[in-house]
Amino acid sequence: MSKSLRILVPVKRVIDYAIKPRINKAGTGVEKTGVKFSMNPFDDIAVEEAVRIREKHKKLVENIHAVSIGPLKAQDILRTALAKGADTCSHVDVKEAELEPLAVAKILKEMVAKQNANLVILGKQSIDDDCNNTGQMLAGLLNWPQATFAAKVEIDEANMTARVTREIDGGEETVSAPLPLVVTTDLRLNQPRYATLPNLMKAKKKPLEKLSLSDFSKVDAEPRLKVMKVEEPPTRSAGIKVGSVDELIEKLKEVKAI
Amino acid sequence: MLRSTVRKPLQLASRVKLSTASWSASRRAVPLQAGRVWWPKVQEYSTKIQPKLTAESYPDVHRFSGFKKLADEDLSFFRSILSDSEILQAKADEDLALFNEDWMRKYKGQSQLVLRPKSVNQVSQILKYCNEQKLAVVPQGGNTGLVGGSVPVFDEIVLSLTQLNKIRDFDPVSGILKCDAGVILENADSFLAEHGYIFPMDLGAKGSCHVGGIVATNAGGLRLLRYGSLHGTVLGLEVVLPNGEILDSMNALRKDNTGYDLKQMFIGSEGTIGVITGVSILTPPRPKAFNVSFLGVESYEAVQKTFVQAKQELSEILSAFEFMDLNSQRLTKEHLKDVPHPLEEEYPFYILIETSGSNKEHDDVKLETFLEKAMEDGTVLDGVVAQDETELRNLWQWREMIPESSQAGGGVYKYDVSLPLKDLYSLVEAANAKLTEKGLLSVEDTSKPVISAIGYGHVGDGNLHLNVAVREYSKDVEKALEPFVYEHVSSKNGSISAEHGLGFQKKNYIGYSKNDQEIKMIKQLKNLYDPNAILNPYKYV
Repeated sequence: MSKSLRILVPVKRVIDYAIKPRINKAGTGVEKTGVKFSMNPFDDIAVEEAVRIREKHKKLVENIHAVSIGPLKAQDILRTALAKGADTCSHVDVKEAELEPLAVAKILKEMVAKQNANLVILGKQSIDDDCNNTGQMLAGLLNWPQATFAAKVEIDEANMTARVTREIDGGEETVSAPLPLVVTTDLRLNQPRYATLPNLMKAKKKPLEKLSLSDFSKVDAEPRLKVMKVEEPPTRSAGIKVGSVDELIEKLKEVKAI
Repeated sequence: MLRSTVRKPLQLASRVKLSTASWSASRRAVPLQAGRVWWPKVQEYSTKIQPKLTAESYPDVHRFSGFKKLADEDLSFFRSILSDSEILQAKADEDLALFNEDWMRKYKGQSQLVLRPKSVNQVSQILKYCNEQKLAVVPQGGNTGLVGGSVPVFDEIVLSLTQLNKIRDFDPVSGILKCDAGVILENADSFLAEHGYIFPMDLGAKGSCHVGGIVATNAGGLRLLRYGSLHGTVLGLEVVLPNGEILDSMNALRKDNTGYDLKQMFIGSEGTIGVITGVSILTPPRPKAFNVSFLGVESYEAVQKTFVQAKQELSEILSAFEFMDLNSQRLTKEHLKDVPHPLEEEYPFYILIETSGSNKEHDDVKLETFLEKAMEDGTVLDGVVAQDETELRNLWQWREMIPESSQAGGGVYKYDVSLPLKDLYSLVEAANAKLTEKGLLSVEDTSKPVISAIGYGHVGDGNLHLNVAVREYSKDVEKALEPFVYEHVSSKNGSISAEHGLGFQKKNYIGYSKNDQEIKMIKQLKNLYDPNAILNPYKYV
C-alpha cells in the first residue's frame, strides 16, 4: 500500500444545535421551515481532525474529500467544510428524502471506493436522529476496523497505523488499528476552527461534484422504518416549597426518591 | 434528540470559569480593617467587600435640610393606601441592601422604606403625599444603572416599580406594545418574540432592567444602530408628576403634530421630573436570519473605512458594528484562557459586524460581497464568519466579555463617552499617553497601578467605552483621569455620557457637555414640575 492518506469526511446538514426544535403540526416530525440549519457539530469536529492530521503529516495526506447526502442546501455546509480545510467535495442530492443510516452507509461505501479513501472520519452521531449507527455500519460493510468515540487520533506514518483514544464509560480506552480505518468523533477530540475570509473565498473555487441517488443504483434507499408519531416529552410539573427538612424527607419518601 | 450531549467549548469554559471564580472569592476572607477579618455571607449577592455609605464616601454632599425625616404618621399613611406586600421597611436584620446599593456596589444609601405599588393610582397618591410632606423619593426600576442614579444617597424613600409589571396591550398589525414600566426587558422581548416582533433595544442587563428604567435613562444598547434611539421608538408615556398628577399619552400615534412633544422630556430625565409608569413603544418585526463576522484591521482609519463600506454594501441589514482595540482583546484572551481567539494573528484593531434580516440567502450574498471587497482592497486583513449559531454566539463573546475581562485584573475605571467618529479613538491614545507619562501604567510591571487603558464600543453610534483596567483603585490614577477625560471629550465636542446617563456620578460634569443656556433650561423645567425637589435629589444637575 502506498504511503498516502486519502481522507473521506461525511458531513450532514442538521437543524442548528442552538435552535430548539419544534414538532410539526401533524406530529410526524420536526418543523423544518424557517429554521436555521448548520453542519452537524460532530462532523465539524471530523473536518477539523482531518485538517489537523494534514497539518501534522503534510506529505502523507493526499486529499481530504467531504461528502454530504441531503437536499440541495447541503451544499452550504460543504462550502463550510471546504472553507475549513477540505480540498474537494461531493454532494449526493436526495431531495427531501431522509435516508436511514444503512442506506447512508451503503452510499458512503461506494464513495470510499470512488475516492479510493483509506481513512473515513465522521461524527459519532448526528444531532437530529441521534442514531449513532452510520460509522459502525460503514466499517462493517467495508470490513474495515473501526475506532468509535475518538478523543485523540495519532497516525503512525511508518507503520500506517492509527492509535485512537476512545471515550468510554468511566474513562478512556486506547486502541490501535492498521489503515484503512473508520473513525467516529466525540466532543473532546478537538475544537473546530472558524472559517476565515480568505479560506471562504478560496472555498468558492474548490470543486464540488454533483451526484444524485441514481448514481448509486445498487443502493436501496427505501426506508425500512416508519415513524408512527413524534411527541414532545411531558413538560415538567412545577416544584413545591417545603417548610422544613422533615417535610422534605417525607415528600421524598412519598415519591420513593429515598 | 440528544442535543444536550453537545457542549461547545467556549460557552462551557467561560461558564465553569465564572462559577469557580465566584466560588473561591466567596470563601476568601476579606480583610476590612487591620486586624479584623470579615467573612462574607454566602447568600449575599456580591462577593466584594461592603460598599461604603455614599454619605461617607462623599462628605461634601449634604442631606438637604428642607426634607422631612420619615415619621410614624407617614408610615400610617402609606399603610392606608398600600398592602403589606407593597411595603418593605428596614429592620435590624434587613438593611434593604438590594434597594440601597447599586449593582456595581459603588454607592450605598440609607433608605428605611421601600414602596412597591401595584397600580398607577397608588404611585400618584404616594407622590402627592411625599410632595406635600417634602419627603424625598428615588424612583427605582431594575437598579442596573452604572452612575448611581437609581439608589438613594441619604434616606430617600425608594419607589420601586417592580410590581407594576403587566403587558397592557399589543397590536400585532402595527407592532405597538403598551406595557407597565416595571416589565423586565427580557420578558417584554420574549413576549414580542412569540408574535414575531422584537424589542427595538437590547443590552447586557436585559434580564433585570425595566422597560420604564431604560426609557427614563434613555439607554442606548446594542440595537441602536439599526432601530434608532428611544426618542424615536417610544410613541407615548404615562408619567406621574411630583404633585401626583398623571400625564397620559399612551394612546399616542406615529404621527401627531399637535402641541409640544411632552414625552420627550421624560426620556432620559432619570426620574427627576416624573415617574414613568407606562410605556407605549413601536416594535419592529423580528429578523429571521443573523450573520456575524469578526475582522482584523491595521488602524483606526481602517475601522472607519470599513464602517463606511459596511453601510454602503450592507445598508438595511447592518445591525451592529462594534470595534475593539488590541489591548481589549489581549485582556479578554487572558481572561478566557484556554479559548482560542477567532483570529490567529494579532491586529491593532478588531471589528465585529452583525447583520440581521428576513432572508438568509439575501444576507449571505450581501455580506460575502462586502467582505470580499474589503479583503481585496486591503482594508480588512483577516476575518472569520460564523458558520452556525454556536460560532455566532462565541464571536459575540469576544466583544461582550471585554467589560468583565478588564475588571479581572483588580478593578476598572469606566468612561462611556460620545465623540465625533474621527476622534473616537483619540481619547484612548491620550489616556494611555497621560498614564504612561505619569509613570502609572505598565502591562508587565505589577507594581504600577494601571494595566492598560483600552477602548471598544459602538462605532455605529459614535460611542466609545474607555476602560482603564487597574490592579488597584488609587487616588493618583483618579487624579490623572479626571477631569482630564472630560476635558478631552469636551475639547472634541463630545458627550461625557453617551448612554449611561448622569446620575450621581456625573452630576458635576454636565457642564462639559451642555452649555449654560441648556443647563439653565433644564433647571427651570426641574423647578417648574418639581418645585420641592423631592424627586431623585442630589443627582442629574
